[in-house]
Amino acid sequence: MQEAMIKRAKELLADGTVNRVIGWKRGEFVYDSTPAVFGTADEIDAEFVFDDFTQANVSKYLVKESKKDGKILAFLKPCDTYSFNQLVKEHRIIRENVYVIGIPGGPKLDIEKIKAKGITGILNVKNVNYTLEIETLYGTEKLPFYEAISGKCADCKSKKHVVYDELIGEDGDVLDSNRFDMVEKLENMTAQERYDFWRGELSKCIRCNACRNVCPACTCENCVFDNPKSGIENKAAADSFEENMFHIIRAFHVAGRCTDCGECSRVCPQHIPLHLLNRKFIKDINSLYGEYQAGADTTSKSPLTDYRADDCEPSIVHERGVE
Amino acid sequence: MNNDTLIPLIGVITDIRQDTPDVKTFRVNAVDGGKVFEHMPGQCAMLSIPGVGEGMFSITSSPTNKEYMEFSIKKCGCLTTWLHAMDIGQQITIRGPYGNHFPVENELKGKDLLFIAGGIGLAPLRSVINYVRDNRADYGEIQIVYGSRSKDDLVDYQEIIDEWQKDPDIQVNLTIDNPQEGWDGHVGFVPNYVKELNPSTNKTVLVCGPPIMIKFTLAGLKELGFTETQVYTTMELRMKCGVGKCGRCNIGNKYVCKDGPVFRFDQLGELPDEY
Amino acid sequence: MLKISADKLNSLFDAVSAKQSLYIPVDRESGSAEYRKYKSGMEMSKCLNTVRSAKDFFFPQTENLADFKMNGKNIEVIDVREECEDFVIFGVRACDARSFTILDKVFLAEPVDSYYKNRREHGTVVTMACTRPAETCFCTAFDIDPTSPEGDVAVFSDGESYFFKPNNDKGQAFIDSIADMLEDGDTAELAQVQSNTRKIMQMLPLANLSTDSFGGEKLMEHFNSEKWANLSESCIGCGTCTFVCPTCQCYDIRDFDTGNGIKRFRCWDSCMYSDFTKMAHGNPRNTQLERFRQRFMHKLVYFPANNNGEFGCVGCGRCLAKCPVSMNIVKVMKALEEK
Repeated sequence: MQEAMIKRAKELLADGTVNRVIGWKRGEFVYDSTPAVFGTADEIDAEFVFDDFTQANVSKYLVKESKKDGKILAFLKPCDTYSFNQLVKEHRIIRENVYVIGIPGGPKLDIEKIKAKGITGILNVKNVNYTLEIETLYGTEKLPFYEAISGKCADCKSKKHVVYDELIGEDGDVLDSNRFDMVEKLENMTAQERYDFWRGELSKCIRCNACRNVCPACTCENCVFDNPKSGIENKAAADSFEENMFHIIRAFHVAGRCTDCGECSRVCPQHIPLHLLNRKFIKDINSLYGEYQAGADTTSKSPLTDYRADDCEPSIVHERGVE
Repeated sequence: MNNDTLIPLIGVITDIRQDTPDVKTFRVNAVDGGKVFEHMPGQCAMLSIPGVGEGMFSITSSPTNKEYMEFSIKKCGCLTTWLHAMDIGQQITIRGPYGNHFPVENELKGKDLLFIAGGIGLAPLRSVINYVRDNRADYGEIQIVYGSRSKDDLVDYQEIIDEWQKDPDIQVNLTIDNPQEGWDGHVGFVPNYVKELNPSTNKTVLVCGPPIMIKFTLAGLKELGFTETQVYTTMELRMKCGVGKCGRCNIGNKYVCKDGPVFRFDQLGELPDEY
Repeated sequence: MLKISADKLNSLFDAVSAKQSLYIPVDRESGSAEYRKYKSGMEMSKCLNTVRSAKDFFFPQTENLADFKMNGKNIEVIDVREECEDFVIFGVRACDARSFTILDKVFLAEPVDSYYKNRREHGTVVTMACTRPAETCFCTAFDIDPTSPEGDVAVFSDGESYFFKPNNDKGQAFIDSIADMLEDGDTAELAQVQSNTRKIMQMLPLANLSTDSFGGEKLMEHFNSEKWANLSESCIGCGTCTFVCPTCQCYDIRDFDTGNGIKRFRCWDSCMYSDFTKMAHGNPRNTQLERFRQRFMHKLVYFPANNNGEFGCVGCGRCLAKCPVSMNIVKVMKALEEK
């Protein structure tokens, strides 16, 4: 796949269709790659990488990149196309300035899952018929591929590209995913159990803002939490209430716009399952207003910004809150 | 436990002067009278209203003033807006003094001094000017070039005309940006005025004002034959601790709160242009 | 050297924690480790290191500096400081142990930060020699020996027993306080373990990382490097690197209105954040390039310029593992030293 992508990127650069390419560049280790913009065929040959570990969603970079001169080629995995579409819908990305090539998605590997098995000193990871052969300083370890797949891929919602100018490989379908299972489990807990679950998770937060800064739905020019004039600017929670509120407010703010790309949980250094907050909103929107997938298109109105006479009454909040 | 510099002292506002439409000068005393602490000309203090914020301000009064400290503060943000709304008798928190100071005890001694200020930039220089006036025999000629947008925007105008201009030992040159009714003095920007005045290059220069004014003044001084080693300025960057630990006011490896705020231009020239 | 057999480690923890608070690294369900206050029965983590560094013990993420009571025009300052109780941190790695001496250079320099000093004086640091370094480790680039860590007491394991070596008086006092549980041990096996670890250190992918191109004298050269644009391009401006870093110590001071007085607290801050240097009238670091450059210049150039050449990094590798876009100090060093 990587070879096909490199070939096509160089062609599009050469024929002037685009003047830049956004993808991923090789890192220090076999598993780390960094989103990068390439300007020449030489740079692509030297550093471009696409493999089982290239998880990062590059859509958000296009907010800035699509405003620069010329057209940029973006390689988007199926989940990334939803983020891209949503940003186009919100007038954050200039669609005309991006040439989208849809590429196959995951399942991608998460190195943290491998390290969590106690495997360290990792020098190489090979996928041999869906068994990972992991070469380390302390010998070779084997791990079934599916035990190391990224959380965001484990609950994949769709292998379909909702936007592209061309495709490399086959397009897939929207999947029957089990992504709401954990949300349901949380819903079925008692209020106290649920509270304890979230306190346990959110108290780990170090307020590094990685979740917010990576989130394609968080593109405010100046976030309320960074703006002294907002009155709620804070860098650290003064108490446990504030600790909870940062993530809950953020989940509210992206509700109806979150495409469930899973980047928030991927980047959390503390492994807080932040995507579950967003999924709760998605599940509720689906059940209260009918099935809705943010980013599936660029024209439909989000249920939360659209009024219809048969919308549920606000009292539903109370009714649903009663145990 | 010993005192910690991060735990502030209390000061009381004992006088408020409306200097210009957006600058007020506040007199601060300790709760039981006298000064909260001693300082040297060019040093700063952290003032705060708890719950509103804390900010670094230069101490505009001279250390030779044994009764009180003064701060000339321009209204431009959240804290300064609050400070401008204060009445006499209001308490504030104060900690300091912070930073280095103009070298009044060594390098500047015996020198002819040229003070160049623009707008609120007079605030830190006023401390030195009055210190030098009170120790007049230690210094040579004194010339002050001060300009602002308009006559109404000249900070400490009353002190300038009542005291400095009447002092036969000091040459005061005022200028405003645009002609104005009731102003028969010089009109024009400070950097140009300095060039017109063509001061002798054996003077040591102390300059403070908006960054753009400082930039053009320095260029003008160089044209006149001054070297960077003759020119001092005082810097301002965002600060939280005041003692070189919170990490935000650095220019290269120098902390403005601790290694500054007073720098000589040849020293600044060795540092990254990030201020 | 005095030792205790591995199966008695928990009884040692029980004895220590009976006298003072004891913190040890423990595993979380997700496989990563964190320091927790020891309670009987807790197992010490076998992880190489914790996600959050040990700096939290001396420089916590948030702490109360002072309280204020506002009464009309009057303000009352309340000194909230209290003498800290003695505590022990067990299992600190060599990198984190070195980070304390770096933090000391900031917080114990005049004027001394009494909040930090208070905890530092009352905390005993018991370090643990490394035997299984990770691919992200590069402490040796900063002259740290992970097989013989600093700290008040260094602990070594040969798999069967834990050996205790005092590094200073405080460490000797700690060993004296548990001497009745320790016995004399033969360190022959230990020397073999150390030598094996040193061999592994030489095989690490970052073993040859060099600091030769850095230091105070390279200030203008590196500041003006054209490479920052490319290096900072992918940075999302979060504070992950800063907050997992054992040596990052920048802080903010904030006031919090409790409704019943004002709490002034200090919290971690990051030079990567857009508002870090923002003033009412402008910002000297307006772009992420400038903010990104600041962080690495501080560690590799500014800090050594002010501290006799000592770098502000200990090579723990946390930022390598945790940066959302895998951009980190190693990549910066390698890029900047390329001519």
